[in-house]
Amino acid sequence: MMLDSRLVVDRGAFRLDIALSVAPGEVVALLGPNGAGKTTALRALAGLQPMDEGHIRLGTDDLTALPPERRPIGVVFQDYLLFPHLSALDNVAFGPRRHGVRRQEARATALDWLTRVGLADQAAKRPRQLSGGQAQRVALARALAVHPRLLLLDEPLAALDARTRLDTRAELQRHLTAHPGATVLVTHDPLDALVLADRLVIVEDGRVVQEGDAATVTARPRTDYVARLVGLNLYRGRAHGHRVTLNNLTLSVDDQQDGEVFVAFRPSAVALYAEKPTGSPRNIWAATIAGIQRHGDNLRIELAGPIAAAADVTPAAAAQLDLAPGRTVWAAVKATETHAYPA
Amino acid sequence: MPASRRRRQRVPAALLVPALLGLAFLVLPLAGLLIRAPWATLPQRLAEPHVLAALRLSLLTATLATALCLLLGVPLAWLLARVEFRGRGLVRALVTVPLVLPPVVGGVALLLVFGRRGIVGQWLDQAFGITLPFTTAGVVLAEAFVALPFLVIAVEGALRGADARYEEAAATLGAGRWTTFTHVTLPLVAPGIAAGAVLCWARALGEFGATITFAGNFPGRTQTMPLAVYLALERDVEAAIVLSLILLVVSVTILATLRDRWVGAA
Repeated sequence: MMLDSRLVVDRGAFRLDIALSVAPGEVVALLGPNGAGKTTALRALAGLQPMDEGHIRLGTDDLTALPPERRPIGVVFQDYLLFPHLSALDNVAFGPRRHGVRRQEARATALDWLTRVGLADQAAKRPRQLSGGQAQRVALARALAVHPRLLLLDEPLAALDARTRLDTRAELQRHLTAHPGATVLVTHDPLDALVLADRLVIVEDGRVVQEGDAATVTARPRTDYVARLVGLNLYRGRAHGHRVTLNNLTLSVDDQQDGEVFVAFRPSAVALYAEKPTGSPRNIWAATIAGIQRHGDNLRIELAGPIAAAADVTPAAAAQLDLAPGRTVWAAVKATETHAYPA
Repeated sequence: MPASRRRRQRVPAALLVPALLGLAFLVLPLAGLLIRAPWATLPQRLAEPHVLAALRLSLLTATLATALCLLLGVPLAWLLARVEFRGRGLVRALVTVPLVLPPVVGGVALLLVFGRRGIVGQWLDQAFGITLPFTTAGVVLAEAFVALPFLVIAVEGALRGADARYEEAAATLGAGRWTTFTHVTLPLVAPGIAAGAVLCWARALGEFGATITFAGNFPGRTQTMPLAVYLALERDVEAAIVLSLILLVVSVTILATLRDRWVGAA
């Protein structure tokens, strides 16, 4: 393992306490809601945030007590923080210069990096003359130009508009794949995390609540935040064989489990009926419509009742059922559409 | 409704009259200076040796005092803006004391410390044979004492306004605190430092009380323009007016420069 760390920052009301390990070449995304402590964790890794406890080891080196300027890191900040008084070239050359490289050589290195991010023709421009996407790429080149063994990115795409974001994300992915060191990426955007990272670490309220590769995390969410992120209905209950008892409802599930479990199913697996349906075995409950939103080509219906759930229906079906907030409908989910796993 | 908004607003006389009186109060003395100026003999008077000597001394000491203030004031401002330490509020209050202190009191205080019998002055005299009171160096010291707060306050304000996260970015790129200061912080606050230096210079140029108390009034050595104006007023009013005009022109030029370059840009 290349990066091995435990980061503890105690601010009284808020306490960050996470363990984070990253393999060489691996990209780990810290994903979580605002205020979860993601950026604090990143700042602690960079040495910009003093830690109350814990350690940071990179390979055989102990970085815990080192100031930021002596850590082998590269940081891409959320709003890039390109030095406004320097050209794009000199911004990128700044790191090599501080690492003892002579001026001419540092500039050659910087031009090489600007070429790699496709901005060689913008080398003489000041940051304020660059577009958002260009500034992001200069910031990335600046961070990579010092050959960091640990690359840290704080919401690298958050400041970009949707169109630029798409191109920049693809480009960023190419550079992160090529980066031989460890990479930690902080984001609150699940798409950025899924595209850019090899592994997700979900942080909520200063703690790691779940970690794993994208497939595992999206298939088996363990908190409401993750479930909402990946668009699943998630419940916690007690399983006896194929039956899971929730607070106000018992669900039949396909998986056989015992003890505390999570049950998850997709909103599109929820069918809505005006009359109580009969026939094939499934979970049926009476629900009240709490809200209706557009969701892609479909409508997402928020249901209240014994369990809160989201259901996706086509506009045609919604019209046929005359769905409106406050109406009572019957919701049904087939056991085979559910997924139960140990909590 | 732009038409009605462009209609002249009614200003209450209770506000308008004192406002106009205040304006007249500020402008009239300056106008008086211009009206009473001996325009016909102005070129000859400007060329008089003691006028030129006073002007040269004023420009020299104000510039040296500004250099001294930059040397000491910028690091002091950085300390106040960037380093958290106990008693920072007290230090900031102490820095501003010379702003509210009557300059004459400052001159007396300087005399007590840097005078021949003063704590520092005694030591300077014995160890190095350096005497500060009643010398040109003493003028620089007196001016710097009075002008330093202007620089510190301006630069500290600029430092607080500058985003300290640029310094964090520099640190992550391998820059130590000193390199960060010279390569990132200073360029970022350069306009603030320049504005502070101009204010500082203007204040030093006009310094009177501390200078006459600490450095005396010796033509060519410690007699700066303000001192020369005061002295001339007792013997030759026209000479006083000419000297005042020069100071007025210098002040207005600085104000105009400051407005265009920094105040206007911000």
